[in-house]
Amino acid sequence: MFKSWLRNSTVATALMLAPLPGFAQDAPKQGGDIVITYKDDIATLDPAIGYDWVNWSMIKSLFSRLMDYTPGTTELVPSLAESFEVAPDGLTYTFKLRKGAKFTNGREIVAADVKYSIERAVDPKTQGPGAGFFGAIKGFDDVTGGKTTTLEGIEAPDASTVVFRLSRPDATFLHVLAVNFASVVPKEAVEAAAGDFGKKPVGSGTFILKDWTVGQSLTFERNPDYFIKDMPHIDKFTVEVGQEPLVALLRLQKGEVDIAGDGIPPAKFLEIKNSPEGAEIIVDGQQLHTGYVTLNTKVKPFDDVKVRQAVNMAINKERITRILNGRATPANQPLPPLMPGYDKAFTGYAFDVEKAKALLAEAGHPDGFETILYSTNTDPQPRIAQAIQQDLAAVGIKAEVRALAQANVIAAGGTEGEAPMIWSGGMAWIADFPDPSNFYGPILGCSGAVQGGWNWSWYCNEDLDARAVAADSMSDPAKAGERQAAWGKIFTDIMADAPWVPVTNERRVVAKSPRMGGAGEIYVDPTRVINYDAIYVKQ
Amino acid sequence: MVFLLLRRVVQTALILLGVAAITFLLLYALPADPARMIAGRSATAQTVANIRRELGLDQPLLVQFWSYLQGLFQGDLGRSYAQKTDVGALIAARLPATLILMAAGIAVEVVLGVFLGVLAAVRRGGFVDRAVMMASFVGVSAPQFVAALLLLYVFAVTLAWFPMSGFGTPAHVVLPALTLGVLGAGWYARMVRSAMIDVLNQDYVRTARAKGLSSARIIFRHALPNALLPIIAMIGIDIGQFMSGVVVVEAVYGWPGIGQLAWQAIQQVDIPIIMGVTLVSALAIVLGNLLADILAPLVDPRIRAR
Repeated sequence: MFKSWLRNSTVATALMLAPLPGFAQDAPKQGGDIVITYKDDIATLDPAIGYDWVNWSMIKSLFSRLMDYTPGTTELVPSLAESFEVAPDGLTYTFKLRKGAKFTNGREIVAADVKYSIERAVDPKTQGPGAGFFGAIKGFDDVTGGKTTTLEGIEAPDASTVVFRLSRPDATFLHVLAVNFASVVPKEAVEAAAGDFGKKPVGSGTFILKDWTVGQSLTFERNPDYFIKDMPHIDKFTVEVGQEPLVALLRLQKGEVDIAGDGIPPAKFLEIKNSPEGAEIIVDGQQLHTGYVTLNTKVKPFDDVKVRQAVNMAINKERITRILNGRATPANQPLPPLMPGYDKAFTGYAFDVEKAKALLAEAGHPDGFETILYSTNTDPQPRIAQAIQQDLAAVGIKAEVRALAQANVIAAGGTEGEAPMIWSGGMAWIADFPDPSNFYGPILGCSGAVQGGWNWSWYCNEDLDARAVAADSMSDPAKAGERQAAWGKIFTDIMADAPWVPVTNERRVVAKSPRMGGAGEIYVDPTRVINYDAIYVKQ
Repeated sequence: MVFLLLRRVVQTALILLGVAAITFLLLYALPADPARMIAGRSATAQTVANIRRELGLDQPLLVQFWSYLQGLFQGDLGRSYAQKTDVGALIAARLPATLILMAAGIAVEVVLGVFLGVLAAVRRGGFVDRAVMMASFVGVSAPQFVAALLLLYVFAVTLAWFPMSGFGTPAHVVLPALTLGVLGAGWYARMVRSAMIDVLNQDYVRTARAKGLSSARIIFRHALPNALLPIIAMIGIDIGQFMSGVVVVEAVYGWPGIGQLAWQAIQQVDIPIIMGVTLVSALAIVLGNLLADILAPLVDPRIRAR
C-alpha cells in the first residue's frame, strides 16, 4: 500500500507558520521590467555547481525541480512532479512527471532527464558541492567513488515516471529533491555548452537567460511556456553586478534600481529607516538563520562544560541585536524560530554575569583566562566581536579578537585545536532546506568534526548522533510530528553541553523601490531569498 | 633598437616567470583551502576530497606549478575554480574596460598635472604656486575611496551630470577617470614644476629671453619639451600603479574591469583567476616601462645618441 504524505506534511508545516501578512493586500499584476543590483558578479548559473546566496535564487527561477516550495513559505509542494507516492518502508519514492512540461529549448522533459541531472550533480567530474545531499540514493558510493557514473537507485521505467530507491530511509528526501542541485537540465544543452553550462544555462523554470555581459549585467526574460499558469509576474529582470551597496541604494532612491539585492549598509540603515519613504523601501524578513559563537571543545579551557555554560551566560545578546540595528532577535537554541522543531518553551541560558563568574570559579578559573575570538573582517562583524570581547572581559576572560578574511576563518575553524572561539557572523548557518536535520550533521554532528569540516566546536556526541539518525529514519508521514519533536529535543539537549553560544536570529534586509509589490516574504523567501517568480510591479 | 627589444623580451619572460612562481607559492601557502571554499558548508568530506582531486590540489606543489606552467606556455591561463570558465576568456572580457579607464585616467592626470606644474613653475613662490602645491599634496594623500564617493555624490547624485555607475557611454568614464586623474595629477604637477624650474634656470632659456622671444614661446617651445622626459618615465611606472589602484575605483563606480574580477577571486580563493590577473598586471607594468624606454629617445635625441 502506498501513502502520499504530502497532505500531512503540508498541514504540519502550515500549522508551524505564522499567517502571511499583506499577501492579500493587492493582487499581483502581469508585466514590468525591473533592475536588480548585486555587488558580487554571478559566478555560475549551473545548478550542479552554484552555491552562494546570490546565484541560488536565480538558479531556482531558471530551472525546475520535482519538488518546490510555495512562495514565501517553507511549505513543500510538487512542482515538475504531478504527484508522488512513498512506499511504507520509506525506501521507494515514485514520481509522475507533469505532462507537457518543456525545456526552454522546446523539448519535452522526460524521466531520463531527471535521472541524468541528479547523476550529473553527484558525479565527481562535475565538482559540484551538493553531491552529499543525495547520499541516501542506492549506488551513491559507487558514483562518488568513481566506479560508475550512473546511479543504480534512480530508474525511469517510462517517459513520465521516475523511481528512487534509497539505501536507508531519509525523511528529508523530498526536501533534497527541492534543492538547486536536483534541478532538471537537458543533456544536449550541457554537452553543447562544452563545460560552459554555467554561462549558457538551459532549464525549464520561470525565466530564460537572454543575455549575459560578463562583469556587467544579466538579462532574464519570462518563460512564456512555463508549466504553471500566471507565473512569473514580471516580464523581465536585469541584474546589474559590481554595484557597491551604497551606490545601489542611491540609485534606488533616484528610481534607477528596483531592488538593491545586498540590502542596506549598516551605516545607512537608520537614515533610510527614518526617511519618509523608508517604510516602503525596507523589506525585512525572517530567514532560516542562526548566528552563533563556537566554543572549541578540543581547546582548553573550553573542554570543560562549565566554562562553556559560563560563556553562554556572559554574552549580552540584546546589545548585539542593537548593533544590528534591531534587525535580529536574541537566540537561545541552535534552530531558528521559523524552523520546524523550534522549541518555543525553551529558555536556554539567561544573561547573568554573576552566575557566569560563579561557574568560572567553580571550574577553577576565578580570575578568568586568556583566549582568542575569530571573526570575519567586514562590517559589522568586527564590531560584534568587540562587543563579545567586552562581555567576556566583564567576567574576567581576556579574548583577543582576530578579524580575518572569511576563507581564513573557515580554514582556522576546520583545523583541529586551532580556533578556541569563532563568531559566525558573515558565515552563519542558513539552512539549505527547511528541515531541522539540515542544522545538525555538518555543524554539530560528529561527521562535521573533521579536518576541513564546519563543526567548529569539534563537538561530537555519539548518543545525539544516534538519535539524529533515528529521527531521520522516521519517513512515515504519520510520524512527522514525532520526528519534529525528536529533532527539537536533540537541539535543546545539545544546549546542556553548550558547544555553541546561540547569539541571534538575523532578519535579512532587502531594499526595494516603492513600485514593487508583494509581501516581504517573497523578497526574503526562507528557501531562496528573492523569489523572482512571485514578485510583481504595482500598476 | 632591435637588440634592445630582444633583450627586453627575454627580460619580460624572466620577470613573468618569477612573478608566476612567487604568486603561486604564496597563494598555495595560504591557510585557506580552495576545495573547501567551492564545496561550501553542506558538502561531505568525500565531496571535498573529490573536488580537491578533480582540481589536482592533492598533487605535490611542484607538480601543480609545473602543470600550470605547461598551460601557460601554451597560452592557457587555466580554468576558474568557482566559475568553471577559462580564465583567459574572463580576463579578455574585462581587460578592455580597465585599459579604457587607465588611458582616460592617465590622460586626465598628464594634462592636468603638466598644466598645473608649468603654472606653478612660472609663478614660482607666488600664490598660484603655493595653491597648486597645496592642492597636489591633498590630491596625492586623499584616499581613492573617499574621493570617488565624494565626486559621485556631488556630480552624479546631487547635480546628476553623469551616471552613477556602469559602463558603456563616454559619460560613464568621466567620473572614474577624474577620480584617478585628479588624485594622480598631484605627482605630475610636482614633478613638472621641479623639472621646469631646472630648465628655466638654464643658459639657453636666458638666451631665448634675451633674443626677445615671447614668454609663451619660451615656455612651450623651448623649456617644456626638455622638462617632459621624467614625465614619460613616470607614465610607464603609472601603468603599474593603475593596475593596482583601479580596484577601488572600479568597485565604487561598478566598472567591469579586472580589478573587480581580482577582488572577488581573492574572496573565493579562486587561485587561477588571481594568478591570471597578477600575470596580466605584471605584463602591463613591464610593457609600460618598455614603452617609456622606447618613447624617451624619440622625445629626447640626447638619449638616442648614447
